[in-house]
Amino acid sequence: MFVKKLRNFLLGFASLLVLMWTGAASAEWTLNMTRGVTPVSNEVYELHMLILWIVTIIGIGVFCVMFWSIYHHRKSKGAVPAQFHHSTVAELTWTIIPILILIGMAVPATRTLIKMEQTGDAEITVKITGYQWRWKYDYKNEGISFFSSLAEDSSKASQRGSSIDPRTADHYLLNVDKPLVLPVNKKIRLIITGKDVIHSWWVPDLGWKRDAIPGFINDNWVIIEKPGTYRGQCAELCGMGHGFMPIVVKAVPEEEYLAWVEENKKAEAEAAK
Amino acid sequence: MSEAVSHNDHHDHKPAGIGRWLFSTNHKDIGTMYLVFSLTMFFVGGSMAMLIRLELFQPGLQFFNPQFFNSMTTLHALVMIFGVVMPAGVGLANWLIPMMIGAPDMALPRLNNMSFWILPFAFTLLLSTLFMPGGAPAGGWTIYPPLALQTGAAFPFLIFAIHFLGISSILGAINIIATVFNMRAPGMTYMRLPLFVWTWIITAFLLIASMPVLAGAVTMLLTDKFFGTSFFSAAGGGDPVMFQHVFWFFGHPEVYILILPAFGIISQIIPTFARKPLFGYESMVYATASIAFLSFFVWAHHMFTVGMPLAGELFFMYATMSIAVPTGVKIFNWVATMWKGSMTFETPMLFALAFVVLFSIGGFSGLMLGITPADFQYQDTYFVVAHFHYVLLTGAVFAIMGGIYFWLPKWTGHMYDETLGKWHFWLTAVSANVLFFPQHFLGLAGMPRRIPDYAIQFADWNMVSSIGGFAFGLSQLLFVYIVIKCVREGAKATNQVWEGAHGLEWTLPSPPPFHTFTTPPPITDAVAHS
Repeated sequence: MFVKKLRNFLLGFASLLVLMWTGAASAEWTLNMTRGVTPVSNEVYELHMLILWIVTIIGIGVFCVMFWSIYHHRKSKGAVPAQFHHSTVAELTWTIIPILILIGMAVPATRTLIKMEQTGDAEITVKITGYQWRWKYDYKNEGISFFSSLAEDSSKASQRGSSIDPRTADHYLLNVDKPLVLPVNKKIRLIITGKDVIHSWWVPDLGWKRDAIPGFINDNWVIIEKPGTYRGQCAELCGMGHGFMPIVVKAVPEEEYLAWVEENKKAEAEAAK
Repeated sequence: MSEAVSHNDHHDHKPAGIGRWLFSTNHKDIGTMYLVFSLTMFFVGGSMAMLIRLELFQPGLQFFNPQFFNSMTTLHALVMIFGVVMPAGVGLANWLIPMMIGAPDMALPRLNNMSFWILPFAFTLLLSTLFMPGGAPAGGWTIYPPLALQTGAAFPFLIFAIHFLGISSILGAINIIATVFNMRAPGMTYMRLPLFVWTWIITAFLLIASMPVLAGAVTMLLTDKFFGTSFFSAAGGGDPVMFQHVFWFFGHPEVYILILPAFGIISQIIPTFARKPLFGYESMVYATASIAFLSFFVWAHHMFTVGMPLAGELFFMYATMSIAVPTGVKIFNWVATMWKGSMTFETPMLFALAFVVLFSIGGFSGLMLGITPADFQYQDTYFVVAHFHYVLLTGAVFAIMGGIYFWLPKWTGHMYDETLGKWHFWLTAVSANVLFFPQHFLGLAGMPRRIPDYAIQFADWNMVSSIGGFAFGLSQLLFVYIVIKCVREGAKATNQVWEGAHGLEWTLPSPPPFHTFTTPPPITDAVAHS
């Protein structure tokens, strides 16, 4: 009775899993990680899918054996228990095969990780500083510097007990007043630090996150292959505003980027007067 | 076998009144106190979880301010880890280890009493911070500086409470090792011990090695705040990341402390209801020891995004992946125990089978988290929250619940209500999955953890998760009812209770006299595990 229920539940569950990983899901019920828009984010996505498929297949395999046993080796079916209780061959087999599978996973993972550490030869460097509770962006070579805070409509709607429906805000909690603007198809070095407590800078579409630690600088790079607006959030608990300091990266063609730089340089010069 | 029966009256004499509990030196009573405390704290921590899921039911901040929400996530974790899972494990150890090895009590009975009574004291200290200026700690149970140093008046109470909790665990661990090493009945050799005793020996060593490290870490936090040190402040020449290293050097063995006793419980339940000996006993012992050994070399996988050198990232990735091998060995051995057995599916077995499946799912997400470049996307998201709730709730807690059902008839002398037990199991198992499986999706979709409000694209799965949460919480009320009912009444339990039960505790009457095995029992193959 219960065995049948369990079997049916698990069949339904397994179908859901298969459905899931064939990507048959709409945006609201998002099931999977984004592919992203950088070479690194794509590699990370592929690695993620590889590991996911491997563990799914192993899981289905082991659970099928288990459920078969539950169905078949039951007292109510008249099964008489065997008394065997060891096998060196079995132990060796299910030790060595997993080791080989793990090595198979470790090789591509190592390759991707090494690639992610190559921060040299960047054309542009931006310094990112985490504050409680907003981000500061400094383009040292271009002489531009500004804070990027949660957009006002999101901020108002997120006040406790505000009767404002969050759905009326533009990209609720994922929008800022001044986004980080970067050119596409150029290697950009992002150096990340913190001002007060540890924060973490994360834009899923770029493929990684890095902690923003006061007194220390973390070194990362990105090449954005597709123009667009990419959103992320702080990813290290940093106090009561932790959920309210998003990141918006606007990736634009180079001409547009250079125009934006000029405009901001002028604005900084004006402000300095 | 009849030793205890003929001296029944003498060995069943219990002290009276509140003194029986306050001054107890009896492993059975102390075990009961640990378990009652654990169940009470389950509802304290569980209520906090209900508040969290209530706020996360819909986007927008409806009920709590972000500071209080962060206090809830912080205290929920501290309560569940230090107030529920660890005390339940020690409670089971207290009740069962002396009986399983043929000893009359623990080696250090008065120390045993103190180890327990420290817990209510420490938690009163911790939970009282909810009423202090600045509120309860809100920096996460991982208390990273510099954020943790922004805690208000609650800070010294938090540190003090953690110190006391650590002391309780260390003393308990010493007691367990001394008991098993010195008080086994003649003939009860190490390789004849029930696996539950083995997993507790190993857990005890992990406790002694790791809890003092936590004490060091939180003391450094204390001196940074009050005595002008700069262990974790770059401005003073220190490093906030060093805290993370020290904390997680404790923290990773800690999670194995949480799960190893659960592995032991499962290794008692499955052979009983499969009516077949545990497959690969020696292998299981070595696998458990390997897991414990390896657990000291993987701590930085909790810190992959801090900006470690490449060599460090690679080392910790390989070490983390390697733990999958002995863990897999254990899973395969449990399945091999079932294979060609003659199974029945009473409530303890249902929890044990659910454990094998659901803990494995938690293990798979753990393996994914161990792959460093992928972890850069998973770290600090709901994917991590899903992972650890699968291994801790549908893992450790399910094993503990299964263990309670398994041994309740022995402890109380009554069979629990099997129909209600099955209802509790199915409601719990289904609701736990509705609660936590969608959190994998939320993490992959980009939702960070420890946020009280979220972007609209996360709304649908959050609502599903919250509904699962409320259902799960309600279902546990049924568990309390079943336990209380079993204590008071129920069909009389035999000595053996379960047809397939083997081991010294199943030779004793149900309930056992206050003092058992005052003279060591003869050890035959029938009661040995090999």
